[in-house]
Amino acid sequence: MTAWKTLRGIAVPLIAVVIFLAFWEWLVWVNGWPKFKMAAPSDLPPAYERHWNLFLTMGWQTLWRTVLGLLLAVLFGTLLGMIMGFSRLMRDALYPLLVGFNAIPKATVVPIVALMFVGQHDFNTVLLAFMISFFPIAVSVSIGLSTLEPEYRDILRSLGASQATIFWKIALPKTLPEFFGALKVAVTLAFIGTNLMEIVSPHGRGLGALFDSGRTNSDFPLMFAVLIALAFLGIVLYYIVVALEKIFAGWAERTPG
Amino acid sequence: MQNLIEIKGVRHAYRTDAGPLPVLDGLEISVPEGGFIAVVGPSGCGKSTLTRLIAGLMKPDEGEVWLHGERVRGPRSTVGMAFQNPVLLEWRTILKNVLLPLEIVPSKLSKKQAEDRARFLLSLVGLEGFEDKRPSELSGGMRQRASLCRALIHQPDVLILDEPFGALDAFTREDLWQTMHRVKEREPFTGVLITHDLRESIFLADQVVVLSGRPARTQYVLDIPSDGPRTLDDLYTPIAAEQLNILRHQIQIAQGRAPAEEART
Repeated sequence: MTAWKTLRGIAVPLIAVVIFLAFWEWLVWVNGWPKFKMAAPSDLPPAYERHWNLFLTMGWQTLWRTVLGLLLAVLFGTLLGMIMGFSRLMRDALYPLLVGFNAIPKATVVPIVALMFVGQHDFNTVLLAFMISFFPIAVSVSIGLSTLEPEYRDILRSLGASQATIFWKIALPKTLPEFFGALKVAVTLAFIGTNLMEIVSPHGRGLGALFDSGRTNSDFPLMFAVLIALAFLGIVLYYIVVALEKIFAGWAERTPG
Repeated sequence: MQNLIEIKGVRHAYRTDAGPLPVLDGLEISVPEGGFIAVVGPSGCGKSTLTRLIAGLMKPDEGEVWLHGERVRGPRSTVGMAFQNPVLLEWRTILKNVLLPLEIVPSKLSKKQAEDRARFLLSLVGLEGFEDKRPSELSGGMRQRASLCRALIHQPDVLILDEPFGALDAFTREDLWQTMHRVKEREPFTGVLITHDLRESIFLADQVVVLSGRPARTQYVLDIPSDGPRTLDDLYTPIAAEQLNILRHQIQIAQGRAPAEEART
């Protein structure tokens, strides 16, 4: 029975993927689209084969810059969230600024950043990944901390515990489920930030730049191959976050029954 | 006998946008060592403020709170607290939850002794075998039992219970009342119980203090004499009916629904 369930768990999504690819292939074939208009799934393996080295180096570029931007976003977002979570005054002061900053479409920030730090492609890319992804983390941490029920504080405070102890023993662990929820959103956002910069800035590097070179050559197989590579990296990073969540905030998951 | 808790002429007001809101006005309460008082009164009359004052979580505007012959000026580790919300930490096992206060309060117990004591308390309240479960796996009543063990682990001399049984169903509540008697027999403490339930107050306490409506002052004190262990049957005797009658009447006065001149102190 359990073997059947495992088999089903693997087979069902696999069949769905196969059906999707077959439909895509059929759509390209029945419309007779040439390669400079649209790519079919069967065009992708040759594209990977031709540019295998580029995919590895560019993929690594994109990955490390995204992860670095994300780490900075975690540090800064957590710090900002703590400041806003503990101080009503700071929350009132910073929240409108933060919302305003977040409302700016980050695509418009790209040329500004690119002009300000001309030629510093690595720095620019990390900066954009960071700028786009710290917001959900800051908000979730601040909400997690400010909605802590007063009884939780009282239990420790009545014993003479310091604010720092209350933070480490109660506030921080209690905020972890919200934090990981926000981190899952931030991972996807950070990729958007990295790619925006890679695509827009001239002489860029990374998968975004590879995508752009495919675009200028109307090489649709290459462009789609990049998209799938990006999706792959995104999925890997997402599941790393899920694994971390299981380790550090697994208690928040209720087992049914 | 020396009074362990002594509250003298306590006045307190909360600052609100509409000006000061007085909640306590001339409160006088004393509890002898080993005594157990229940505090009843209309909703919002400042009962929870009273617990925070005793625990040293806030200072009164006027008046004094004394514990063990020492004036309370801040939090003291000799106090244990349990609330209506059991506030267990979801990421810890029940045993680790009970041990939490010992991570704050300096203790002479070794790790092994502390664990043994936690297990003993858990078995005392009927939670044997649940040491390694998470709070989410327990029912409301069981969580409240665990919260009680946490309040007692560091051997506090004052136990403050702020409506701990308020959110439980009637049968679970009566079960926990009996548990309280069992615990007090083995782990003596001086207790202050805030409650809305008059039957609970006469079953558990040896003195019931009725607070007046806001701002609260001590309106009435009823002694509940006891000879030997109490059982639930004691709640259905003429004496209990008489006590409940007196208390119900006093609450009505506190709520302003009966003429005040009948109040006795």
